[in-house]
Amino acid sequence: MSTTKKIAVSALAAALGVTTLAACGGGSGDGSAGADGSGSKTVTLVSHDSFNASPAVLKEFTEQTGYTVKVLKSGDAVEALNKEILTKGSPQGDVFFGVDNTTLSRALDNGLFTPYEAKGLERVPEAVRLDPGKHRVTPVDSGDICVNYDRKYFADRKLAPPQTLDDLAEPAYRNLLVVENPERSSPGLGFLLGTAAAYGDDGWQDYWKKLRANGVKVVDSWEIAYNQEFSGSAGGRAAKGDRPLVVSYASSPPVEVLYAEPRPKTAPTGVSTGTCFRQIEAAGLLDGARNEAGGKALLDFLISRKFQEDMPLTMFVNPVAEDAKLPPLFTEFGEVIAEPRTMAPEKIAENRDQWIQSWSSLVLK
Amino acid sequence: MVLARPEVAEASGGSAGPRGRRLPRGKASLRGAAARAALLALPVAFFALFFAYPVASIVGRGLREGDSWRFGQIAEVVARPDILGVLWFTLWQAVASTGLTLLIALPGAYVLARLDFPGKELLRAVVTVPFVLPTVVVGTAFLALLGRGGLLDDLWGVRLDTTVWAILLAHVFFNYAVVVRTVGGLWAQLDPRQEEAARVLGAGRFTAWRRVTLPALAPAVAAAALMVFLFTFTSFGVVQILGGPAYTTLEVEIYRQTAQVLDLSTAAVLTLVQFAAVGGILAVHARTVRRRETALRLVDPSHTAHRPRGAAQRALLGSVLATVGLLIAAPLAVLVERSFDGPGGYGLVFYRALQSAEASGGTFLVPPLEAVWNSLQYALAATAVALLVGSLAAAALAFPRTASGGAPTAGRVVRGFDALLMLPLGVSAVTVGFGFLITLDEPPLDLRTSWILVPLAQALVGVPFVVRTMLPVLRAVDARLREAAAVLGASPLRVWREVDLPLVRRALLVAAGFAFAVSLGEFGATVFIARPDNPTLPVAVARLLGRPGELNYGQAMALSTILMLVCAVALLLLDRLRPDRSAGEF
Repeated sequence: MSTTKKIAVSALAAALGVTTLAACGGGSGDGSAGADGSGSKTVTLVSHDSFNASPAVLKEFTEQTGYTVKVLKSGDAVEALNKEILTKGSPQGDVFFGVDNTTLSRALDNGLFTPYEAKGLERVPEAVRLDPGKHRVTPVDSGDICVNYDRKYFADRKLAPPQTLDDLAEPAYRNLLVVENPERSSPGLGFLLGTAAAYGDDGWQDYWKKLRANGVKVVDSWEIAYNQEFSGSAGGRAAKGDRPLVVSYASSPPVEVLYAEPRPKTAPTGVSTGTCFRQIEAAGLLDGARNEAGGKALLDFLISRKFQEDMPLTMFVNPVAEDAKLPPLFTEFGEVIAEPRTMAPEKIAENRDQWIQSWSSLVLK
Repeated sequence: MVLARPEVAEASGGSAGPRGRRLPRGKASLRGAAARAALLALPVAFFALFFAYPVASIVGRGLREGDSWRFGQIAEVVARPDILGVLWFTLWQAVASTGLTLLIALPGAYVLARLDFPGKELLRAVVTVPFVLPTVVVGTAFLALLGRGGLLDDLWGVRLDTTVWAILLAHVFFNYAVVVRTVGGLWAQLDPRQEEAARVLGAGRFTAWRRVTLPALAPAVAAAALMVFLFTFTSFGVVQILGGPAYTTLEVEIYRQTAQVLDLSTAAVLTLVQFAAVGGILAVHARTVRRRETALRLVDPSHTAHRPRGAAQRALLGSVLATVGLLIAAPLAVLVERSFDGPGGYGLVFYRALQSAEASGGTFLVPPLEAVWNSLQYALAATAVALLVGSLAAAALAFPRTASGGAPTAGRVVRGFDALLMLPLGVSAVTVGFGFLITLDEPPLDLRTSWILVPLAQALVGVPFVVRTMLPVLRAVDARLREAAAVLGASPLRVWREVDLPLVRRALLVAAGFAFAVSLGEFGATVFIARPDNPTLPVAVARLLGRPGELNYGQAMALSTILMLVCAVALLLLDRLRPDRSAGEF
């Protein structure tokens, strides 16, 4: 008996494998992505893992233009951009979203993008156009990297939360701040650039010496800083985080509210408005794109009012188009940062690596 | 019952074993070589295309400037003090992790192989679950256990996060199953009567074990140790999450230089260093295993286990259960607890949120639960590929040498391929992933954005498991059985079907379990391939953890719990799949 049974079992297993392969092949949507010709009805958007858009909004784009959007997520922002640089001329998609003022120069120096002036760009203020002369990239959103504080912690101790970078170095806030390693995390890098913008090329190192003396804690990623160490976030409360100050985003408090059940009257966290650094994020048409027409249509759509108003609740960033309104959640619980610090992409490109290196030997060693 | 003493049954390359019947020379060995070549064709093609070519391309790009090679780079990079520090840390933490894992897991292997107790199957599944959990989840669990405000902190005020201990313990947590399944799988099939015979002949309990069982187990222990060493030597996620900024392994450094800094030449040098190190380990391993391989008498595992007898065995069982409870169940339990710990007390809030795409606020275009289905599809496809490639390779490698030995060079080529198959475990995943990017970009092989690339990359890591698991068993099949069948006129295929298959089916299932598990946990190059928006479980968890808010964090925990359950169920099923045995099978 056993031999026939064995053969039956083996045959079954083999058949299972084959059908699975077949099922996967049939069931995974658009199949051959790479072989699209220029007349293709699919436009491929390559982005970092944080990209999100509501299905309804993407559907609207398809209805308007006839193109279906395929999203490829390619790692964190730096990694995603590096992959595009590596595959220059033979890109994985048509449009790349996720280059910002901290990485723009590298993208442009590598000739990653084909210039294109998106329709509707006049609704975007001059100040946020990253490449105004040539339009190699189209600005899509902006976000502010700021210190967040745990409201309850400071209220319990009747201590005013810090509002400026100088405050953070005060003895009253000793051992309270957790930051991300700028080498491995984009908010960490933004915060470092913010201090460089505030204190100048010579002064920022002294400022970090003070922070270090004041017990700043460095972790590798935003996830660990915010969800483990920070006492004000839901994850941090569960993990019994004991740092009431964290480098995060101006949009983090509304998000805490959005995902809390039941919804609280006030956000559990606040923003130290004098600590912010502004990131502007952009998209561009990839050089060598297989579907250029579709890519251009997608760029137009990214700054359309429809997409711009969808972004805050899917990516927690601010729109750049002047006619796009913020959702009530943001106006009610968020902070609008009137005067964030910022820095020219060229200057960032020139100094970034060296700054990170001296930061490492200053703070980590 | 003759004791198979290793030095007697040594199958040294080239010369026949002491009792090997000589077959007529010439035709048989030619046919053997042809059969082996046919078996190897697919694995060789698979590895050339999806491993050697991409890796060589990306390394080549880092080492070339214009038309000239820059080998001077190598000495330059290796001499840098920061790189030396990374190398030293990588090495010693891998040695320490491997030793610790063997120490803690070998008793577990014995208990699961030789003792019968209620809940044994469940225990076997539980210890395997860690192996497939994404590191991001494990990191979170370990921080909850060892970190600030964690369990240890509450009980004794002990905090181990950002210490080397956290890394070592997480490595044991991950690799416990490797030892238990590799060693235990063989242990369960060793004939206990051999040890009993030695006892009858006057050997003490320990001596009998040392002289009979240990030599028989040695290849499996060596294979398990090698796997654990490779895993910990190339550890990525664990070190990144638990090590904090202070600890960096070679793998993390390669990732940094490739993905973050895009310094391909430094990355290429480090890849070569890792290659050389892994190659060296494999060479040593291949030699020791060859020395120790013996023809074992394998028996039906269901007859070898018995209920614990005596205080010693009961104490051993108790201590193994306690270890598993502390080291493996506790971190998993923390995840489960947090997945239910919703706002306003315990409940199913987070699980309910998983069913709708809206609740995740656009984190996903599809409900997160769909990630479970995506993961299973990928895992099944990857398992099918890995089993096909891996078993063909294992069959070729174990192909019996004819008595005349054939050409010794053929033996060397085969052994070389054996080591080659292991290399994907020792090559940085980011190197493979980025290699795919620059090589698989032209039709008909523009696979960069195709779903098939994910299971293929996962299979690459799965194949070595399949080979490692099957090879010791295949080689242990007594060649005389095959020879007898051949003498009686059976074709090689028929010999394999009638002699080898019944003996290796269990190994095949264990191998399938490993391949499936590797795929579910998303080790390897997949992490670095741009994926279409049909997230797998680990990706979904990482994404949820990457966003603020209680619901996201809770959903991440809930999804991790589901992932654990899916794995545990899949593994339980696999262990159950063994066809029931009739007593007359052996």
